[in-house]
Amino acid sequence: MYAYDEIDRTLVNERVLEFRDQVRRRLSGELTEDEFKMLRLQNGVYLQLHAYMFRVAIPYGTLASRQLRRLAHVARTYDRGYGHFTTRQNIQFNWIKLAELPDALADLAEVGIHAMQTSGNNTRNVTSDQWAGVAPAEVEDPRIWAEILRQYTTLHPEFSFLPRKFKFAITASSHDRTAIRIHDIGLRLLRNQQGETGFEVLVGGGLGRTPFIGKTIKPFVHGRDLLSYVEAIMRVYNQYGRRDNIYKARIKILVHELGIEKFAAEVEEEWLQMREGALKLDDEVVEDIRARFSYPNYEELPEMPDELRDAAQDASFEAWRRNSVFPHKVRGYAIVTLSLKPAGGPPGDATAEQMDALADIADKYSFGEIRVGHEQNLALPHVARRDLPALWKALDRIGLATPNVNLISDIIACPGLDYCSLANARSIPIAQELTRRFANHDTANLIGRLHINISGCINACGHHHVGHIGILGVEKNGEEFYQITIGGRADENAELGTLIGPAVKFEEVADVVEDVVEAYLALRARPDELFIDTVKRLGVEPFKERVYATR
Amino acid sequence: MPLVKGGEITRDDFAHVREDLPLPEDGAVLISAARFLADPELLLRHKGRIGVIWPNGRDIDALVPYLDRLATIALVFPTFRDGRAYSQARLLRERFHYHGELRATGQVLRDQFVFMLRAGFDAFDVRKQSDAEAFAQTVKRYSVFYQPTGDGRLTALHRRMQLRDSRRAGL
Repeated sequence: MYAYDEIDRTLVNERVLEFRDQVRRRLSGELTEDEFKMLRLQNGVYLQLHAYMFRVAIPYGTLASRQLRRLAHVARTYDRGYGHFTTRQNIQFNWIKLAELPDALADLAEVGIHAMQTSGNNTRNVTSDQWAGVAPAEVEDPRIWAEILRQYTTLHPEFSFLPRKFKFAITASSHDRTAIRIHDIGLRLLRNQQGETGFEVLVGGGLGRTPFIGKTIKPFVHGRDLLSYVEAIMRVYNQYGRRDNIYKARIKILVHELGIEKFAAEVEEEWLQMREGALKLDDEVVEDIRARFSYPNYEELPEMPDELRDAAQDASFEAWRRNSVFPHKVRGYAIVTLSLKPAGGPPGDATAEQMDALADIADKYSFGEIRVGHEQNLALPHVARRDLPALWKALDRIGLATPNVNLISDIIACPGLDYCSLANARSIPIAQELTRRFANHDTANLIGRLHINISGCINACGHHHVGHIGILGVEKNGEEFYQITIGGRADENAELGTLIGPAVKFEEVADVVEDVVEAYLALRARPDELFIDTVKRLGVEPFKERVYATR
Repeated sequence: MPLVKGGEITRDDFAHVREDLPLPEDGAVLISAARFLADPELLLRHKGRIGVIWPNGRDIDALVPYLDRLATIALVFPTFRDGRAYSQARLLRERFHYHGELRATGQVLRDQFVFMLRAGFDAFDVRKQSDAEAFAQTVKRYSVFYQPTGDGRLTALHRRMQLRDSRRAGL
């Protein structure tokens, strides 16, 4: 956990006072809606179809139990008793009243939570691996650097009015759980031959109307130069990024139009003039941040305790353990993923009661720590393996032990037309229907790892381009239609999916997905060849033929 | 539009001279970048201070040779959402060491004051009278800052190191 000091607390409190003043001026009519819009967005407040939506940051996906309890409190006090975890380590509340927002922010500020960087044309919440600090074979904890970036980008005086939003993600594992390749800046932490920490820097990734996989702009930027290099990128973008067309304003378009070589040369020229300046990080500064992260005092525990051996007799426990429990860097401990994708439920939602209960569970079984991943699931990062059976029972009691992590019903979906004013089509009901269709655990297990991502419009908040199966809602003559792509992925081998045929109606989507899955089961070379690998091996054609032959 | 300088509403000494009108004999004048660049040496001989309105879509490099002879540079915010002039301001102050007045013009609203001060602006053509009147109050909103810029404010990192050093000294 990162512990705020007095400086961090002061800034968050000052931000609350500023926002309170801004809301007061809006309510009194001193500010026009146009003027207020950017100000509220810079504090995570959107105007949605039915109400204001309030998005709160969970930097690099790390939450303390007392913070989760406070999120539950906000859900209960100011909203309708639930929150929605997003793909960028944020939580959204969908029914907030504008006049109450400053109070909600003040309540959150007491536990070091804020809504800065959750919206607006500025740097967004810096995301990282939900397994950071506990994943085996991780180079080092990337959250130290994510926190350095969070501080550096928060209320940045030069970059708070960029052409468009700007997203960072950072990973320190060879398996990328952070989707760095679809971010404006993606950072892969690595060590050089001298053993010094640095980053492969990727730039220009992003989804939306014009999706791009990020390109490597520099294979190694030393840790001490991280901030100056990032500032050089952002300065070039701030000055030359397009502002004439909102759909062409992301850095990916600038990188594409200039070409990565030309863009990299511009950045290099800028960087060389400032790399020795005030942004240079010395070891002491980095250590100062590192020192404010605390880690549990792990016990020496057996990897295969009796409790676990006994519980293995229980098929339900085993079904959950097999897909929810992951190796930990410390012997005798495990990382546990909690599915927020129950059959028939909206992906990523949690009730205030679940959040409160989970906070207690985290105190008991995970040193008071909870993580949030971009797949809209939660995780407990430090569970003693002997506690797994008891934990499973506790989670099951609050509906957080659905054994479908990484399976076909572990769906990423945006809020879609049920909430969002940008959406063209519904997403949640599609997800709900698919989770019902594939509710049978044995069937889902037989299918194996398969990620379905659903977006209700071209803005791609549900990351449909990088779903193994991607579903995109569009509108045709006032009716909802859905385009289906296959073969996308968001990990270290990120790729954009390929369309498999004409868009289909709302009622047909689940049938088409079932047909795609049946085609896969027939086409796969072996039972352990994953869907994504079969698509890679065979291409889209055989799927297209099978799915659309009868349509 | 009220001009805020030195934290207070002040009279604007600069006459904004329209493109098609000749410059007055003397007195402080503010002219467009295009007019200035057409014949800078001639214009710099003007009796009286001279300032240039520099558009936010043009590299400031062309202005750099004349910086020490300009009394003000007015950077433009066509809307408050367009933040290009923040970069221009920091470059002028921090890279090219421009010490004259740096003026924010266009849609300059209360909630940008702190960002603008930190980027190096010291004069503000404020759109609304009420915002101009609130200037002194508004700029006190924040007492801690994460980023080092040329404005000399102590950043969080340096404050932390100072705190640590004073703790060590006290031991």
